[in-house]
Amino acid sequence: MTSKALRQPASLRIASGAFLALWCLIAAFPIAWITVMSFKSPVDAFDSNPLNVIFGPATRAGGSGWSILEIVLGLAVIYIAARLTVRRVPTLVASYSPGGYVALGWVVTAALVGVAFVLAFFGLLPIVTDLLTPLVGPLGRDIIGATTEHYQTVWVDRGFSNNFANSLIVTAGVVTISLSVGTLAGYGLARSGSTLAFWILIVALIFRALPHSVLVAGYLPVFINSAEWLSPILGENAPTLYGKPAAVIAVLVAINQPFTIWMLRSFFSNIPADLDEAARVDGCSHFKAFRLVIMPVMWPGVITTGLFSFLLAYNDFLVTSLLLDASNQTMVPAIAGMFNRETTTTDQVVAVAAAVSITAPLFLLVMVFQRQIVSGLTAGAVKG
Amino acid sequence: MKPRVFAAFVGPSILMMLLFIAFPLLSVFWNSFNVTQPVYETVEVESCTAGFLEQTCTTEMKTRPILDEAGEIVRQTEFVGLQTYRNVLELDRLGEALTSGSWAAIQNIDFWKALRFTIMFTLVTLPLVVGFGLGIAMLINNASKLIRGPVIFVSLLPFIITPVIGALSINWLFRGDGILTAFLEWWLARDLALFAQAWTIELLMMVYRVWHVAPFAAIIFYAGLQTVNQDSIESAVIDGASRWQRLRLIIIPHLMPLIIFVAMIHLMDSYRVFEEVVGFRAEGYVISLQWLTYDFLKPDQAGNRSISRASASAMLTMIGIAILLVPLLKRTWRDHKGTR
Repeated sequence: MTSKALRQPASLRIASGAFLALWCLIAAFPIAWITVMSFKSPVDAFDSNPLNVIFGPATRAGGSGWSILEIVLGLAVIYIAARLTVRRVPTLVASYSPGGYVALGWVVTAALVGVAFVLAFFGLLPIVTDLLTPLVGPLGRDIIGATTEHYQTVWVDRGFSNNFANSLIVTAGVVTISLSVGTLAGYGLARSGSTLAFWILIVALIFRALPHSVLVAGYLPVFINSAEWLSPILGENAPTLYGKPAAVIAVLVAINQPFTIWMLRSFFSNIPADLDEAARVDGCSHFKAFRLVIMPVMWPGVITTGLFSFLLAYNDFLVTSLLLDASNQTMVPAIAGMFNRETTTTDQVVAVAAAVSITAPLFLLVMVFQRQIVSGLTAGAVKG
Repeated sequence: MKPRVFAAFVGPSILMMLLFIAFPLLSVFWNSFNVTQPVYETVEVESCTAGFLEQTCTTEMKTRPILDEAGEIVRQTEFVGLQTYRNVLELDRLGEALTSGSWAAIQNIDFWKALRFTIMFTLVTLPLVVGFGLGIAMLINNASKLIRGPVIFVSLLPFIITPVIGALSINWLFRGDGILTAFLEWWLARDLALFAQAWTIELLMMVYRVWHVAPFAAIIFYAGLQTVNQDSIESAVIDGASRWQRLRLIIIPHLMPLIIFVAMIHLMDSYRVFEEVVGFRAEGYVISLQWLTYDFLKPDQAGNRSISRASASAMLTMIGIAILLVPLLKRTWRDHKGTR
């Protein structure tokens, strides 16, 4: 209840609403605009008249476009997919994941939802609309020029699916390892009031501030020559760590570790210590208490921290571009390589389509996990 | 908790950090004083070409890398002291530029150019991020409960987007006759080329960074605004405080710890500015400290990486981090003492 004294005059409310709308426009515009661009022919995509970019006359003249029917059906599919994801998926994951593997369940579900959406949208929808178009007359005529050919170029011809698979391997590895190592450490640090624990956290804070290029400068010579110095230990088949996704996973986990333990520690501190003391009185060891009593109530914190680990690994450019070679590149460095040879405008639109492809999973992520992301941000801040 | 149990819990994490953070730091430190390069030998080569009556022979001195039995290039590591640092800092060129008093000459030296941009970028974006973050937080707080969720969703998008991709998308809107350049040209009624000089690119980079980070600040401040004591606001109103006074005297002091937190995080992150240089393809005009190290690490045309120079520039970058960290560490230390 706002009291009478705090009620705002109408002019202020309107101004505040208008500015908020302006901010939303600024926040969403670049992303929305490159999404629109990615569906147009190069002529339309880089037209200086915004209406031409939206309606794409050149693209329509090229013979590809969307009719009202297709737009309506497409929006319906997106809406239903979003609705189902937000409403049903959390309960499904909770009920079907085997106990203790909820995080894994989420990863699998996210991948499944993504694949199912791509299949429904790009596979099933065109067939349905082809069948319906002759039946609806004027509604079936193209009104907006749009084409998905750039996405085909990116994913099929340019081998972006390989990059996607690499990104998936790296991010999945980083999230699982950094959570399993980090929860243990976070719990230990939260429950120990010793000065040593404090100093570990301080050192972690210093590590958090290091530029990643500094660390990579340390890895590169070691990784490139690793076959040489590992051979006394591993013998003939000592690997060259340079270019190995496993090495990148280890590096990203370590880089992420300071942040992970700070965040998890603050979540663990919020769980009353009485809980594990009670378990200890009942005869549990520390590990057993951790596994059986603390972890079940920690899932919100673990999911939130996992999200941020995911973001770090998925968004990384510096480490992956320097430590992986071209054959197993992840998505973000791959797109940087793509625009280096961007000579024609067609190449540019292809790069735009690749950029949108990278952003789409993040978009879904915010949609599903908005609350966890917000709570993660604020948990970090409140605890400092 | 017994030390043994504590070690078991914390051990794996510590091990990873030692192996992959502390050890590389040592390696960087060592590499910055040593140079590893192929061993060259100078040989006299006589090359003869067939001529009329007699051959024309020339002898010249050629430098070539020595190969070992396996045909690999022999490399040797040599202690060079501060030489690499001198190469990166180019102090003699700096001295010349300083004595001639020419700012442009200083800006031609990579390291000083990068340092100038990094510091300016950090200092300019800091107040903007805090200011816009606070503004957006208050706007969201002012909106009706129904639309807050969607608004926060939209606000999170710039924060969550991959930095390189975010910079690229802004780049595409402005590059050439991109849609926003066209709009600006129509609005200002003049021709613009935003990617033809350094200062406009820097401006766009700062715009991008504020767009990218302001939502983070906004979400944190928004959470802080939920805990402002409504009673004290109400009594301030009754005492006749204007909106501005309420903001300045009640809300901002309440948010102060959060403002410091956001400022600290932002200082650390914007000092590491890097993705913007890649996304805006600005390396011809504007570079940052982290980009400089990255550039040394990338193989050049001959496939060599200047590890030693990269290490030196990384060490120099860390001096800045150390300066930034001192106040933060002081604060944490004080909190720690306070809680005990």
